[in-house]
Amino acid sequence: MRYAETGFNLEIDLSRGSIEREATDQKLTELYLGGLGTNAKILWDRVPPEVEPFSPENLLIFGTGLLTGTPAPGANRTIISTISPQTGLMAYSMMGGFFAPELKYAGYDKIIFRGKSPKLVYIWINNDKVEIRDASHLRGKGAIETAELIKKELKEPNAQVAAIGLAGENRVFTASIEQGRSSSSRLGVGAVMGDKGIKAVVVRGTKDINLARPAEFLQHCNEVLQYIKLRADNPVPGVMTILQGLGSPQEMLHVDEKWHTENFSWGNARTRRKEFWNKEIEDRWKSVQEQARTRLVSCYNCPMKCGAIISLPGISTYMMKCFSKLTYTMAAMVDDLDFGFRIAQRATEYGVDGFSTPQIMAFAFELREAGILTEEDFAGCPADNEGKFYWLLDKIVRREGIGDVLANGVYAAARKIGKGAEAFDHNTIKKHEQLPLKLGMLNPVYFLMYATGEKINITQIEGQFPQAPFPTMEERENFVKDWIQVPDEKFKKYLLDWEVRGDHSNPTYPTAEISADIVDWQEKMHYIDDALGVCAGLSSFPLKPPYHIHNYPLIISSATGIDMDETKLTQIYNRNRNLIRAINVRRGLRRVDEKPPEDHWRKRFPELEQNLLDKYYRFKGWDNDGIPTKKTLQDLDMATVAEDLEQRGIIKNG
Amino acid sequence: MAKVKKVIKTIKIDVDKCNGCRACEVICSAFHANPKYSSNNPARSRIRMVRDPIRDVYLPVYAGEYTKAECAGRDKYVLDGKEYTECDFCRASCPSRDFFKEPDSGLPIKCDMCEDNEPGEKPLCVQWCLNNALTYEEREEEVEEGEKPGDVETGLESMINKYGLEKIKDTVERLAHK
Repeated sequence: MRYAETGFNLEIDLSRGSIEREATDQKLTELYLGGLGTNAKILWDRVPPEVEPFSPENLLIFGTGLLTGTPAPGANRTIISTISPQTGLMAYSMMGGFFAPELKYAGYDKIIFRGKSPKLVYIWINNDKVEIRDASHLRGKGAIETAELIKKELKEPNAQVAAIGLAGENRVFTASIEQGRSSSSRLGVGAVMGDKGIKAVVVRGTKDINLARPAEFLQHCNEVLQYIKLRADNPVPGVMTILQGLGSPQEMLHVDEKWHTENFSWGNARTRRKEFWNKEIEDRWKSVQEQARTRLVSCYNCPMKCGAIISLPGISTYMMKCFSKLTYTMAAMVDDLDFGFRIAQRATEYGVDGFSTPQIMAFAFELREAGILTEEDFAGCPADNEGKFYWLLDKIVRREGIGDVLANGVYAAARKIGKGAEAFDHNTIKKHEQLPLKLGMLNPVYFLMYATGEKINITQIEGQFPQAPFPTMEERENFVKDWIQVPDEKFKKYLLDWEVRGDHSNPTYPTAEISADIVDWQEKMHYIDDALGVCAGLSSFPLKPPYHIHNYPLIISSATGIDMDETKLTQIYNRNRNLIRAINVRRGLRRVDEKPPEDHWRKRFPELEQNLLDKYYRFKGWDNDGIPTKKTLQDLDMATVAEDLEQRGIIKNG
Repeated sequence: MAKVKKVIKTIKIDVDKCNGCRACEVICSAFHANPKYSSNNPARSRIRMVRDPIRDVYLPVYAGEYTKAECAGRDKYVLDGKEYTECDFCRASCPSRDFFKEPDSGLPIKCDMCEDNEPGEKPLCVQWCLNNALTYEEREEEVEEGEKPGDVETGLESMINKYGLEKIKDTVERLAHK
């Protein structure tokens, strides 16, 4: 018997209209865990680098994590993997919500789509019965609207629906897949779904998930819940409000936005408004948010309330989380939060990424001001900031006029438009739009995570290591006192030694070697979470989370029956990390691409940055160009990956 | 008859505090698995969320008695501007819906307040509801002391329901004279 997982994948070929239920090999679980890891294995094996994102040969994988659907709190993530139309690399995109557990209860660990449907369809998975159904009546419908219509049509109020909106149908590179209160929005996974002709995936499952050593597993789950309670009562002192607790930043709960509005950049990641937040704005924004927010809500089996139901007069209800309330507001230079909530509703129905899309629009209006785009390109566009954004959003998701070129994202649009537009593309890395954050001093750990992360999406140090040093030794000592999450005591010393000023401060401390070490820990937790389907908000993202490297092996082994310890789990992380790197280097990713935007920090340190990359690559067992060496891959039982890279001339001289 | 004190176990459901995570369904189905916690499946849970996020409907409902026929009630309630059907509040395991039935056998299930749990422990759904939408309360009530119907009586009652009193009487009489 298989534990925690079902042992079956659903293979759906949309060109042929065939549906198969395939048993999987448990050996792969032992090597890659599941979720992100096994998704990557499938992409490596079955999608060679010649395959274009919009080719029928590209796969679109909806993967559940290994622990998804078990009682492990917060294990609800769907990991969506494909080749990104925007970057040409592996799309590392995920969502919470309720979809993945339902898929497990229906009896599948993954759905693997290949081919293209000749007409728009939706997939209806009801336990063993799987159908490809006509969706022509849903063409052009909003993502949430589609979910509601399908549930009604099937008379299945408890089905879970992952759908695309108009943006996905039109293959907009920032198209998302929307589901429940969550969306998989980064790197254009919705565009690939639209290209395959899938409007929605609908699932209902009523089967059991089995656990290998139930009593032991439940004891660990209870400990996790107890720790969540403990953390709720003990916010981390000395850091800003949204970093004090667990979960995704509690943007729906908190109304104080002084920090974001004054430290993040407005417009096309351009303008800092240091005096923005005042009493009048605070009162107004507080009342807007409290009126818009009907209820704080959670993903499946998680006590954190990171999302909210948003209901405003005149528009239909939707759900929001995290930072999206500010992205449109700030990109459009609008001082009223009401606009942010209203345009996000339309954007959610269209199904677009709330990080990239506002930036594309702000970029376009900058080009217009600079005379690079013409008034002709904006014929019919209203003059006010709010109207402008609604107008351009419509153009982009319909790929009409100037919207067509912009729908491919800032990087591609800048190069297509030319005439100096490239200079306005100042906030992307690896062709992907980043958070509008422009900072003063370079933090070496953050630099490395930004430069080398395969997720191509980071806000700050996303991890259990603080984003900034504590000013006093007393605060540091207090922080490390109950820091049970560290993999090794040396990490406490790194933090104790980290000063605000002087020799032991940014950018020279943490040193390159120490930075590589810290980054490795942060990455490790993300990769393990994403293979298990556990939300980063309870593990790799916040300070002092309930899941960590010491309890994960116990949780995994009691759930699955697979022997697990910290060494073995670290080995699996390294395998997954290197496999995804191998997929991307096979698609052309090199050191030259690992470069945060020029103006990301006010002052840059070219030599120091190169040294950081050198040391990080060496730590990983990669060559100077960021390519895993043959030995590194062989040591991780991936000799065939090494052979492939060698045959292609990517690994040279062993 | 004499009055006696009886402890009534109750769960207070504060729907305003519910965050809709369904942890109650997860842990209920795990607790009642055999062996305990060996599997989980919200479709077997004895508490179910009537859940419609877009309408802000979040209603945890506990499984009650089995009923063999649908009732006539199809009334609607409007509370705070939100529409509910009568069924949304109903605890019955009923032919009109798939709630509160084992998904494979169709056998009815019923909340037992986790009676197999260690003495003094709260029901698992309450323990796992960190947002306190579900809280456990015990209250004492004075009730008339009465004979508890034995197994024979309960069994006979269901036979009478099925075959009618006359037929059962006849049968018992005939068997007594054998």
